Amino acid sequence: MNRSTRSTRNVRVRPNRQAQAALLFLLGATVLHAGWTDLHLRYVKAGLRPLLLLSGAALIATAAATVWYERRHAPPEHHPEHHHPDDLPGDHHPEPRVSWLLALPLLALILVAPPALGSYSATHTGTALQEPLGFPDLPARGPLRLGVGEYAARAVYDDGRHLRGRPVTLTGFVALDGSGTPYLVRMTLNCCAADAQPVKVALTGGVPPVLQPDSWLELTGTYTPRRTKDPVNDGPVPYFEVTAARPVPPPADPYDDTGAG
Amino acid sequence: MSPTKSAPDVSPTRSAPDGSPTRSAPDGAGPAEEPRHLDPSLLLVLTLLTAVMLQGPIRRALAAPVMQSWMTVFVAVVVQALPFLVLGVLLSAAIAVFVPPSFFARALPERPVLAVPVAGAAGAVLPGCECASVPVAGALVRRGVTPAAALAFLLSAPAVNPVVLTATAVAFPDDPRMVLARFVASLLVACAMGWLWHRLGRADWLRPPSRPVPGGRGGGAAFWGSVRHDVMHAGGFLVVGAMAAATLKAVVPAEWLSAAAGHPVLSVLALAVLAVLLSICSEADAFVAASLTQFSLTARLAFLVVGPMVDLKLFALQAGTFGRAFALRFAPATFATAVAVSALTGAVLL
Repeated sequence: MNRSTRSTRNVRVRPNRQAQAALLFLLGATVLHAGWTDLHLRYVKAGLRPLLLLSGAALIATAAATVWYERRHAPPEHHPEHHHPDDLPGDHHPEPRVSWLLALPLLALILVAPPALGSYSATHTGTALQEPLGFPDLPARGPLRLGVGEYAARAVYDDGRHLRGRPVTLTGFVALDGSGTPYLVRMTLNCCAADAQPVKVALTGGVPPVLQPDSWLELTGTYTPRRTKDPVNDGPVPYFEVTAARPVPPPADPYDDTGAG
Repeated sequence: MSPTKSAPDVSPTRSAPDGSPTRSAPDGAGPAEEPRHLDPSLLLVLTLLTAVMLQGPIRRALAAPVMQSWMTVFVAVVVQALPFLVLGVLLSAAIAVFVPPSFFARALPERPVLAVPVAGAAGAVLPGCECASVPVAGALVRRGVTPAAALAFLLSAPAVNPVVLTATAVAFPDDPRMVLARFVASLLVACAMGWLWHRLGRADWLRPPSRPVPGGRGGGAAFWGSVRHDVMHAGGFLVVGAMAAATLKAVVPAEWLSAAAGHPVLSVLALAVLAVLLSICSEADAFVAASLTQFSLTARLAFLVVGPMVDLKLFALQAGTFGRAFALRFAPATFATAVAVSALTGAVLL
């Protein structure tokens, strides 16, 4: 853009009304798509869904209104051949070029659809285990199916009172820390993936010999009082004595819905 | 003001077509000195199609774990903030088009010194996070509200509304005073910044947002024009902020934090800086603060007060709405005020 003839002879690459309408429509459609399918669960909490759908619809409505008013109000001499481009009646303030950046999240969502945060973030962030307010009663006997966060909280802060001597089933993804120690991890979200934090459970016992980071496993095993410390933030990490492991597909909501608090 | 001022950079995805020499102008129809414009719509279509064609290589290039988590956080920040931005934009368009300026003249005290606290307290009625408050504050300024009062509203709205305060109460079940401290400190900072602007602020720092003037057009056209303009404008800056936040989230190691936690002064500063860098939305930051258990309550209060007022995403949005000259002065001053007020409030209340 540093040619001498700056004003009119330059290629104007600011989005005009039509390009804006196209961009708004695509953005709205992408947001609607992400909200309609389970895609949004990779990035935000399920509770944001109605707002996502609403804003997607609002973006599409804006695109439609832009096209509609552009056609209705466009005067007949609205042609670059006849006028100095900056004098166009409907085009006094072309949007800044930074608006084009809106195409980036669009492309990222359509083309790449980045996966939910996995073992990379988990091993670089300390465990976010916090003492819960209380421990609701569990069924007195029989096998248990618990979230990773709930198992960790009961194991660390409740001394595994209801967990002893019974089979427990956990679902999470595998993460290996720098020294190769295997963990079963579930990330917890408060709002969006930017604040995601892991809750980790270290594995012992019949751990499968080959563990692929980020692969999802359903582990059955028992409580063990053994504890360790997270190498990142010294947070408490309980152990889990594995007896059986079964690979499972990633769940629709990859984050722990029990929350960290 | 010339629109070129507000266009700091060219998107990386588009730099190739921009500088390409393919624009051989001569063309039978137009006069020789009239260049052909590269049609932006065509450009958009070409960019999207090229990206679709190259999606295999693009995916492979982005397969590294760092890149993946960067992308995830980037998309997450945008997806999280966009609905609130759209909400704020719709509200601000409604204010700009349907609420007459006389309403604000009657609703707010005439003297700016009094209007500031009233506007700050009025922030409690906008339920949402900070992305919504920037366009609304912009609309208030355009509607003739004194900038000092609009800025107090801008700062207080994301921090003192019922949704955020409830989230704070849920996140700190053992420390209900945290809610009170957050409310008091945020309101104090908002008023202090409003008064500071009233005393020291200069009108020429504040760029009146350029927009299509709804001359003679109906309310509908003006409303949708305003929505389109604000989404395109603020949305672009939101993307800039999201990229910055994702980069810092990927780069800043967590070990630095635990090193700072022990020192009383350093811990407050560390969490205040963290709030700026992370750019978490104000409805969620309380949960993050609650998980930073190694820090004192005062340090976490600073995190909660600074976060909704100054962060990378907000800075980009403010620069887009009010101009860079404004954001460069306003954000550091707000940061300093917020840190000082939270330290004081924490000493008194916590």
